[in-house]
Order: sequence, then structure tokens, then C-alpha cells
Amino acid sequence: MAADISLKQTPLVMAHRASGARMVPFAGYEMPLHYEDGILAEHNWTRGNAGLFDVSHMGQAELVGPDHETTARALEALVPADILGLEPGKQRYTQLLNPSGGIIDDVMVSRGGDDGRLALVVNAARASVDYAHMMSALPPVVRLLAHEDRALLALQGPKAAAVLAEHEATLAAMSFMSVRHVRLAGIDCVVSRSGYTGEDGFEIALGARDAPRLWAVLTGEDDVRPVGLGARDTLRLEAGLCLYGHDIDETTSPIEAGLAFSVAKRRRQEGGFPGARRLMGELAGDMKRQRVGIIVEGRQPAREGCAILDPAKGLRIGIITSGGFSPTVGRPVAMGYLPPTHAVAGTALHVQVRDKRLNALVTAMPFVPHRYARAG
Amino acid sequence: MVSLRFTKDHEYVRLDGDIATIGITDYAQKQLGDVVFVELPDVGAKLERGKQAAIVESVKAASEVYAPLTGVVVAVNEALPDTPAIVNSSPLAGGWFLKMTLAHAGEMDVLMSEADYNAYVETLG
Repeated sequence: MAADISLKQTPLVMAHRASGARMVPFAGYEMPLHYEDGILAEHNWTRGNAGLFDVSHMGQAELVGPDHETTARALEALVPADILGLEPGKQRYTQLLNPSGGIIDDVMVSRGGDDGRLALVVNAARASVDYAHMMSALPPVVRLLAHEDRALLALQGPKAAAVLAEHEATLAAMSFMSVRHVRLAGIDCVVSRSGYTGEDGFEIALGARDAPRLWAVLTGEDDVRPVGLGARDTLRLEAGLCLYGHDIDETTSPIEAGLAFSVAKRRRQEGGFPGARRLMGELAGDMKRQRVGIIVEGRQPAREGCAILDPAKGLRIGIITSGGFSPTVGRPVAMGYLPPTHAVAGTALHVQVRDKRLNALVTAMPFVPHRYARAG
Repeated sequence: MVSLRFTKDHEYVRLDGDIATIGITDYAQKQLGDVVFVELPDVGAKLERGKQAAIVESVKAASEVYAPLTGVVVAVNEALPDTPAIVNSSPLAGGWFLKMTLAHAGEMDVLMSEADYNAYVETLG
């Protein structure tokens, strides 16, 4: 394939090519879909060992204000999470909402120290939209700094903690959704215990120029192999995690999407975020649709865009937003939206795959249990 | 006499007497990645050259497989529903898709020889 010069590259593009990666365009970047082992082997490696992902395409930015309260209140005007109560060294998942309560993007927010700074990680394809939205909405005392010179690695899987502990012993004791500054292989890094696979793991933010060296150090470990975006998608699907632009978008609210856990109790009482009226109504039971997990009978995958039908009447009642063959479950799994009447585990469905109607069942998510490091 | 021919869409045809065995090439299975499902036509189905004959689903995506010839399906590979990965491990042997009759003998002549196909794949990089 000829190089597409309109695509951006991460600092690790040479390392990917050297590892035999199949490079594809993704969110404006030239990214590794998989390496020599292929998606299935990389998926299974991550569930059993430790997979290293280059997610440097994701947007990294900071909100900088005079103190935590000022910066937190400015962000709280845009998201439904409790940012004010975010302690130093902690990370939180939330969503930038539009005035209708639709999701502009889902973002990770972390608070490093006791100052007026909050670090953000946003989706690559939404970064420019997010930044323009925040700049137009933030008060003058809170600035948005977009960091274009940063890289982001994710080390995910049951052996991730042991691998990183060889470099920095204190990391093994970090709790889920905590964040800290450390030096790994002599490189300044911001490490969070989080990820997008359902496994225990870490995300490591560092300077772009240092990224190839840390990548080489980590892939040099026996328990670590590089894993591409293909397996990242099958892993997050099994974990029941939303992919922006597919399972969530500007029309879906966090309540419809099953993300009510991230809408803080205080914010539900006080409001003061975009779309508060809609979210409150949905929390009170006035909901049109809900994101559900679906297991499809047989082996044929039902993918994004497939219609979901009521098996009794044959009427279209919803749509699949993500789906594929689950390597861990060994069956096709999917997620999609259904009216609340049908969004109940055990409900029988039909899904339309081309000219076939396949039997399917609404099922609880995640499809594969999360294995996060809950206790510190 | 057995002859092996290929299409630009990466199907192969192995003609043995008047029955053609159809599958996808090694290049195709590598491009698709791990195959998890193959949707095959019914025995007795009429296939038309260049039209959809089967669908192969990998972990990544669904891809159409086109009929390289016009004719009638006389057998499908019963091993594929339970062990679709055989398409990856043995595309030209155990991973065949279907067997069909050949309605127009001349259709074999427009297909590529193995040498021509290998040269064509080289140009794809």
C-alpha cells in the first residue's frame, strides 16, 4: 500500500513497521491494525499476558486555571461528573455533553497534584471538536492547552502490573483509576491504572521523543507483545465499553448509553450541566432507548448497522451499534439500542444480517468479566 | 486433467474433469485475517460469474466472495461451519468453499494462470 501523505503518524510508526504491522488509516492517523500474529492471537495474548498498545493518536490536553475549584467548576459546566471532588492522584471517566444531553465526546479527566490543572484524554477523531467546544465555553481564567508533542501507550493484561513493577515497584500498589508521575527507564511518565480492555492495566503518557525508547524497553519483555487496534476493538467490545461514533454520539445521552454510574449524585441533585433536564427525566424513567448487550445464536457475527427485530411481530425495534465475533466467549456478541420494554436480559430478539434473521438474546454486559485492580 | 486458475478478486478455481472447486487464495486469507464464519450457498444454487457466491467473515469484517464461473453448486465444504479457521490454515486444500459445474467452458480461459496470479499479487505490495 502506498503511503498516504495526508495521514498523521504517531512517534512509533517506525517501530510498528519494524514489527510487521499492517498499517491502516484510523481517525486521521496511520495506525497498526495488527502485527504479524494477527488480531485473534493479539486479543488472546492481552487476556492472558500483557499487550502493549500505541494510542498516541488520542488527544491529550490540559485545563489550567488558578486553583482546583475554579478549573473544576469550569469543567463541571460541560460534563455531568463530580470534578470538584476529584482528589489529587485520581482519574475519572465523563462525557462532554451538548445542550440536548447528547455526547460530544467521552473523556478521561485526571488530577495530578493540588493545583489548578486537570489533564484530559479525548478521542482522536473528536479532539478538534472538543477543543473548539471547550475554548468557546471556558471562562477566561481557565486555559486549554492541547499537547501535540505527547505519546500514549497502554499496557493491558493480567501481567501488566508485574511488568511495570520491574521498573517502578510502587506501580503495582496503584488502585484502579489512580494516576501518578513516575520515571520508567529514566523517562518522565504520567501513569494511570486504567484502560480499554476490561483487564487490569496502565496507560502511560510521555513525551513523543521518548516514546520509541519506552516502547522498545517494554516490547523487549517476554510477557509483552505489541497489540493493534483490531484487538483493541474486540477487547473493548467484550468488556462492554462504548466506542465513540458507534455506540455513543451527539444523539445518545449517558443515561441511554448505560453510563449513569458516571453521572455523579451531587450533579443529579444540583444540575448545572448541559442537557440536565433530559438526563434527570431519563433517570426518573422517561427513557426512549437503552444500550444493551446481545448474544447471537450460531457463529455468524451481527455487526454495526444490523436491524434488531421483535421476533413476534417482525418489526424493527432497534439497531446494532457494535458487533463481532468474541474470541474469549467463542460466539458472536454485539451491543445496540432497544426500547426499555425490550432492554431486559433474557429477551428474545431477531437480528437481520443481510438476508437472514438470526436468533439473539439480550444479555448483561460485560461479556467477559472486568478484572480491574480494585484495591490498592 | 486438473487445472488451477485465479481471479483478480483472489478466488481460485481447481477444475477436475467437469467439476470446479472454488475457494480463496493464500493472499486473500492473509488480508482477511482470522476467519470466524463462512456463509455458503445452498447445493443446487445457480451462480453467475462475477456475482456473490459466499460471504467470509473475519474478526475484522465481512467480505464477499464472487463466483469465478457460471454454473450450479454441487457441494459445499461441510467442515467450514464448525472449523472456519481452516480457511486460514489451508486455503487451497481443506479450506475450499464449494464445488460447481461449469456452464461455459470458455470462462476458464479468461482466468489467470498461477504464474500470472503470483505476478499480479506482487504488484499489490
